[in-house]
Amino acid sequence: MTISIDPQKTNNESLQPKGWLRYFSFSLDHKVIGIQYLICGFLFYLIGGTLASAIRIELASPMSDFMPRDVYNQVLTLHGTIMIFLWIVPVVNGAFGNYLIPFYVGARDMAFPRLNAVAFWLIPPSGLMLVTSYFVEGAAQAGWTAYPPLSITTPQSGQIIWILSVLLLGGSSIFGGINFIATIIKLRRPGLKLMQLPMYCWAMLGTSLLVVLSTPVLAGTLILLSFDIIANTGFFNPVLGGNVVVYQHLFWFYSHPAVYIMVLPAFGLVSEILPVHARKPLFGYTTMVFSIMGIVVLGLVVWAHHMFTSGTPPWMRLFFTIATAFIAVPTGIKFFNWVATLWGGKISINSAMLFSCGFIINFVFGGITGVALAQVPFDIHVHDTYFVVAHFHYIVYGGTVFIIFSSIYHWFPKVTGKMLNEKLGILHFIITFIGFNLCFAPQHWLGLNGMPRRVAEYDPQFQFVNQISSLGALLMAISTIPFLINVFLSVRKGKNAGDNPWNALTPEWLTSSPPPVENWEGEAPLVEEPYGYGKEISVQK
Amino acid sequence: MTTLDSSKEIQKNNSEVKETHEDFRMFGLITFLIADGMTFAGFFAAYLTYKAVNPLPDSAIYELELPIPTLNTILLLVSSATFHKAGKALLKDKNSDSQKWLFFTAFLGIIFLICQLFEYFHLPFGLTDNLFASTFYALTGFHGLHVTLGTLMILIIAWQSRINGGRLNSQNMFPLEAVELYWHFVDGIWVILFIILYLL
Repeated sequence: MTISIDPQKTNNESLQPKGWLRYFSFSLDHKVIGIQYLICGFLFYLIGGTLASAIRIELASPMSDFMPRDVYNQVLTLHGTIMIFLWIVPVVNGAFGNYLIPFYVGARDMAFPRLNAVAFWLIPPSGLMLVTSYFVEGAAQAGWTAYPPLSITTPQSGQIIWILSVLLLGGSSIFGGINFIATIIKLRRPGLKLMQLPMYCWAMLGTSLLVVLSTPVLAGTLILLSFDIIANTGFFNPVLGGNVVVYQHLFWFYSHPAVYIMVLPAFGLVSEILPVHARKPLFGYTTMVFSIMGIVVLGLVVWAHHMFTSGTPPWMRLFFTIATAFIAVPTGIKFFNWVATLWGGKISINSAMLFSCGFIINFVFGGITGVALAQVPFDIHVHDTYFVVAHFHYIVYGGTVFIIFSSIYHWFPKVTGKMLNEKLGILHFIITFIGFNLCFAPQHWLGLNGMPRRVAEYDPQFQFVNQISSLGALLMAISTIPFLINVFLSVRKGKNAGDNPWNALTPEWLTSSPPPVENWEGEAPLVEEPYGYGKEISVQK
Repeated sequence: MTTLDSSKEIQKNNSEVKETHEDFRMFGLITFLIADGMTFAGFFAAYLTYKAVNPLPDSAIYELELPIPTLNTILLLVSSATFHKAGKALLKDKNSDSQKWLFFTAFLGIIFLICQLFEYFHLPFGLTDNLFASTFYALTGFHGLHVTLGTLMILIIAWQSRINGGRLNSQNMFPLEAVELYWHFVDGIWVILFIILYLL
C-alpha cells in the first residue's frame, strides 16, 4: 500500500510557534525535536556533572566529611542514572539521530513524527521525577545497576521512583529505535542504496536494533524488581527463595548492549566528522558497515562478562571471555579505519577535529582496558574497584561525550547558521582533555591497588592520587564555562556560516543553514558518494 | 497485506512535485511486536532459569490442572480464525459481517479472561507463596494484560467498522490489520506460555 502525503495534513508546522518558542512546543519537525533532545540532555548533563563534582569533593579526603554515607550513595546513583539515561543515550541517539537521519536518507521528516514527539516528551517528566526523588525519602541508593538485594532493602520510595523513571526512559528509547529503523529501511529517497548511506545511518540502524531487542528485557526485569519491592514477592530476594543472579543476567542482557547503544552512534558521528576535516574519503566503508553489524551481533552475547565474580560456572566464563575478546576485532577495524582516514589527509586543526582525535586516543585506552577486563583472572582481581570506573569513563566520557562536543562544533553552523568561536573551542578542548585524563588515568592505579568503588571512605594511603583525580574533575567542571560562553555568544553574534562552511558532501550541507521546515526547497538531492573528497562527483538534483 | 495503488498526485507549494511513500505503519508495528516479544522472552528465560537452578521444596510442588488452560488455548486459536474472517469480510466491503466476526472475537477474548480469573481464584497458591507462584502470576498476568488491551482494541475497531459513519472499509484496512497482527502475536505468545508453563 502506498500513502500519499497530504500537504494540508502533514504540513501543520505553519500552525506552530516560530523562532525559539517552537523549542517549547509539541513540534513534529525532526530538527526541532533533535534540538529539544540536545538541550534537555545538556541540562541533565549539568545536573549530573554537579553530582560528579560532589563525588570528587567527597573523595578528596579519606573520611566521609563532605556528605553522609547514604547521601553519597544517592549522589552516585543519581549521577550514573542521569548521565546514562538522560544525557548520553538521548543525546547521541535522539538528538543527532533526529537531526541528521532524515537528511541522510533524503526524507522530509522521520517515519513516525508523532511517535517521535512522544518519545522526546517522555524524557523531561521522568528526568524531573528522578532528580526530585532526592527530596521524597532519599533517592535510590543501589547504584545505576540497582542490584538486589541492596535495591530491595534500601528505602523504597526512592527506588520505586527510580524504576518508574527508567521504565519511561526505556519506553522513550524503544519508540525512538522503532522510528529510526523504519526511517532508515523504509523512508530512503528512491535511488539511494543502503551501501551509499553515510556511516551514521548504519551506526543508528545497529544501535536501534540493539535498543529494540534488549531494552524490553530491562523493562521486564524492572517490573519484576518492583514486584519484589512493593508486593513482597521473591523473584530476586534470596530470603524468599529467589535468585539474585537471574536479575544480574537479565539486567546485563540490556546493560551491556547499552554500552554499544551509547558508543555505536559516536562511532557513526566520528566517521562523518573525520573525512570532512581531513578532506579524504572515509577509509574502508564496507568493513565499517560489517564491523558495526558484527558489534551488534556480538554485543548481544557477551553480557555475563560483568558477572565473573557472581558464581558463574567455568563454561560460561570461557564462552563470555572469548566472545568479548572477539569484539575487539570489529572495534579494532574501525579504529584503524579512522586512523587511515586521517593518514595523509589535509587536516584542519579545529575544535571538531581536536575533539574527534581526543576521542580516538581516549577510546583506545578504554578499549585496551576493556579487553583486559574480559579476562577472568584479571577481572576477578580488579572487580568492583576504581579500575572499572576508569575503564567505563574512558569509553563513555572519553569516547562518547568527546564526540558529542565534536559534533556540536561540527553541526552548530548547520543548526544556527552561525560559526562557533574557534579560540574558545580549542580552549574548551584543551581543558577537557587534560582534565579528563588527569581525573581518570590515576584511577587505573587506584583500582589495581585495590580501592573499591561506590564507597565514600577509603584507605588514607590513596589520598594523594585521589586528590589528583579530584583536580582533574575540577578542570572538567571548569571546561564547561568556555563552551557555554561560546554557544551563547555565537548564537547572538557569531559570524555567518553560509550554507556549507566545511565544504562537506553529506546531504545535510546541501540545503540552507538553518534548513527550511521540510529540509529541501525542491526534491531531496541524491548523494551517491557522501565521502567523495578528492574525486570528481556530481550531485544529481 | 493488500497492495493498493492509491498514490495520488498532490500539489505542493503550487509546484508539480509528486510525493508518495510506502505505507510502513505495519513495519513499525512489527518492530514494536519484536520488542514486546523480547519482554516475554526475558520472563520466559527467568522462569526457565528458576526451574533449573532453584528447585522448590517438595511440599510446594503443585501439578497445574490442564482443563481450563487447554480450553483457553482453544478459545484463543479459534479467535484468531474468527478475526481472520472479519478481515476477509471487510476486504469485500461487507462491514456488517466483519463487525459480527469482530464482536465474536472480542467475546472469545472476554471468555478467555473470565476463565483465567476463574483459574486464579481456584489455585491453591497466592502471588507471594513461592518462586513458582510468583513467576506463574507474573507471566499469565502480563499476558492477560495483553489480552485485555487487545479485546478493547477489537471493540474499538468493531465500532469503527459500522456501516454508517464507520471509517473502516476495504480502502482503509490498516487499523483492522494492525489489531489482527497484534492479536495473532498475543495468541502465539499464549501457545508458547502454555507449553512452557503448563506442559513442561
